[in-house]
Amino acid sequence: MRHTISALVLNQPGVLARVAGLFSGRGFNIESLCVGETLDPSVSRMTIVTRGNDQIIEQITKQLNKLVDIIKVVDFFGNDYIDREMILIKVMAESSSRAEILRITDIFRGKIVDVTPKSYTIEVSGDENKIQAIIDLLKPMGIKEVVRTGKVAISRGSKGI
Amino acid sequence: MKKTGAQILLESLCLEGVDIIFGFPGGAVLGIYDELLNSPIRHILVRHEQAAVHAADGYARSSGKTGVCLVTSGPGATNTVTGIATAYMDSIPVVILTGQVSTGLIGNDAFQEADIMGITRPCTKHNYLVKDIKELARIIKEAFYIAGTGRPGPVLVDLPKDVIADSAEFNYPESLNMQSYNPTYRGHRGQIQKAFKLILKADRPLIYAGGGVISSNASEELTAFARTLAIPVTSTLMGLGCFPGVDELSLGMLGMHGTYRANMAVTNCDLLIAVGARFDDRVTGKTDEFAPNAKIIHIDIDPTSISKNIRVDIPIVGDAKDVLKKINKLIQEEKEDWTSIRREWLDQINEWKNTYPMTYEQRDVIKPQYVVEKIYELTRGKAIISTEVGQHQMWTAQYYLFTKPRTLLTSGGLGTMGYGFPAAIGAQIAFPEKTVIDIAGDGSIQMNIQELATVAQYNLPVKIAVLNNRCLGMPRQWQGLFYDKRYSNTCLEVSPDFVKLAEAYGAVGLRATKPEEVVPTIEKALSIPKAVIMDFVVEREEDVYPMVPAGAPLKEMLLV
Repeated sequence: MRHTISALVLNQPGVLARVAGLFSGRGFNIESLCVGETLDPSVSRMTIVTRGNDQIIEQITKQLNKLVDIIKVVDFFGNDYIDREMILIKVMAESSSRAEILRITDIFRGKIVDVTPKSYTIEVSGDENKIQAIIDLLKPMGIKEVVRTGKVAISRGSKGI
Repeated sequence: MKKTGAQILLESLCLEGVDIIFGFPGGAVLGIYDELLNSPIRHILVRHEQAAVHAADGYARSSGKTGVCLVTSGPGATNTVTGIATAYMDSIPVVILTGQVSTGLIGNDAFQEADIMGITRPCTKHNYLVKDIKELARIIKEAFYIAGTGRPGPVLVDLPKDVIADSAEFNYPESLNMQSYNPTYRGHRGQIQKAFKLILKADRPLIYAGGGVISSNASEELTAFARTLAIPVTSTLMGLGCFPGVDELSLGMLGMHGTYRANMAVTNCDLLIAVGARFDDRVTGKTDEFAPNAKIIHIDIDPTSISKNIRVDIPIVGDAKDVLKKINKLIQEEKEDWTSIRREWLDQINEWKNTYPMTYEQRDVIKPQYVVEKIYELTRGKAIISTEVGQHQMWTAQYYLFTKPRTLLTSGGLGTMGYGFPAAIGAQIAFPEKTVIDIAGDGSIQMNIQELATVAQYNLPVKIAVLNNRCLGMPRQWQGLFYDKRYSNTCLEVSPDFVKLAEAYGAVGLRATKPEEVVPTIEKALSIPKAVIMDFVVEREEDVYPMVPAGAPLKEMLLV
């Protein structure tokens, strides 16, 4: 099963290496990892997407909790949460396809963030299905490059982790 | 008044109660070595940095205190890695102080620079690079706190040369407020109640005790628990000594080279109470068939150890001492005669014991088991024994009946050849009056034999018993059993003359080639108040039995 794990960590050098090393050293896989500062600049938040059976996920969360620099770990699996990913897509934009690309971008509430005579670069955010859907729609136009941020996730409701 | 980094470091160590450091100097730490001359801390100069960590580790295992070692940057630091990984795998509290090039040079491939933080990240409980002298005192305090609390382990502090030379006001923090590190000591009451009920209901309970019982100083509680409820105890290699090996309820070690009765008891018990043990593959054999009929209670301070290899029914996260105390309180009210209640189970265990007792036959060539047995008898089980890794280690586990915790120092998790001798040095420093014996193989002893110079320099009366079979015994045994006796590179055609080698270092060398020379050799060695190497020329082809082949279920034992 696929799990989205959120971890509050001390914002100091080496923490990312510890987390990444924990995954590689124990043979766990990271599908995506997103890190950024929280409101408290001494604390960062990581959103890690990983895959494994119950036992592996239990080990992952326990091993993360064991790291001295990690303050809290929450597995969102089975809980109500929102996740988003942002993507930048550079797509070939010939005169014949420019209008179609604009229409698709509009439908997906995306933004054109860079234009050249031959290309558009589009920014879109959303859940995984939405991101996949726009990629599928733009593919026939000729996608040059794609950059994805990896997921960020937050629980629904007023309580924080 | 301002103090230098070196002064702050050493004064912080004193405040942590450190009086011994094992180390080896080099350019990056000369500032600290200079300051050591003004410090009450005693420094033991080893001959290789690996030995410094093992010695600090042996000091820690035998005394229960945190061991400390100090080495220089680059090669000094990288030489410690095996020692650090050894301490990490066996959960031993050690603080490793490494020199580092000046902060401005870090990352520039400076002379004797190594990214020791990166190198040791997977094999330390935590590690620090001190970038600012103002952080030094706090980091030292945290390092000792982390190393010695929760599941203990090695903590490395990397000290750049300029930080050591810099100066600042010295304020040692009185307390620590670590947002992210809070080990759980107290076992959950509800879980303990559940466990208690299960224990009372069980017909064939078994205690499986590991090194965690020793780390948490819970031997007394474990012994009381086992004896009150008449529950037999098997222990891991790391747990030997946590329950008296001479007790009727003691089944000895379990697992790959465990006793027949211990492995049969595991296979047939209906309740397994694991305390401070981590279900290592050398213990479980084939995991699907480990304790197949049993409910499992697992007491451990480290939640990651629980249900990692074997699913457990009742996990109790907490310190073994605390949890066992609480269980003992509950059982105080049980006035039943548990020995009679368990009669059938205890009789069954005795029957297994009598079917396949631990045995060997001493003929005209010295059997290694005989040497270990005689060392046990002549020291009356009171020595501190360290071992290297291999056949001799297993014979020691099988034939020396450890009755007290912290009397066996052995590399259980990592299986580090070369561990025993420096660990014995650490133990002898901690206990100058006690008999400390390193039981070694002729292969293993050569891994850190340079430390003979250390024992000579400090007049340490460490004894080394080499069970000399002219080969790397354990790999050779495996080649014999699983590789059709194709002995590839496991026969040591050339070894030093251990007697002359001892003499070259100013120690005493003794050799025994016949069975009747074994006892006089040990007696003589024990009577000499200086380092002695006993070279026992033993049966070359002797194998360690019983044995469970790797990955097989525990009941499938190869016996004598």
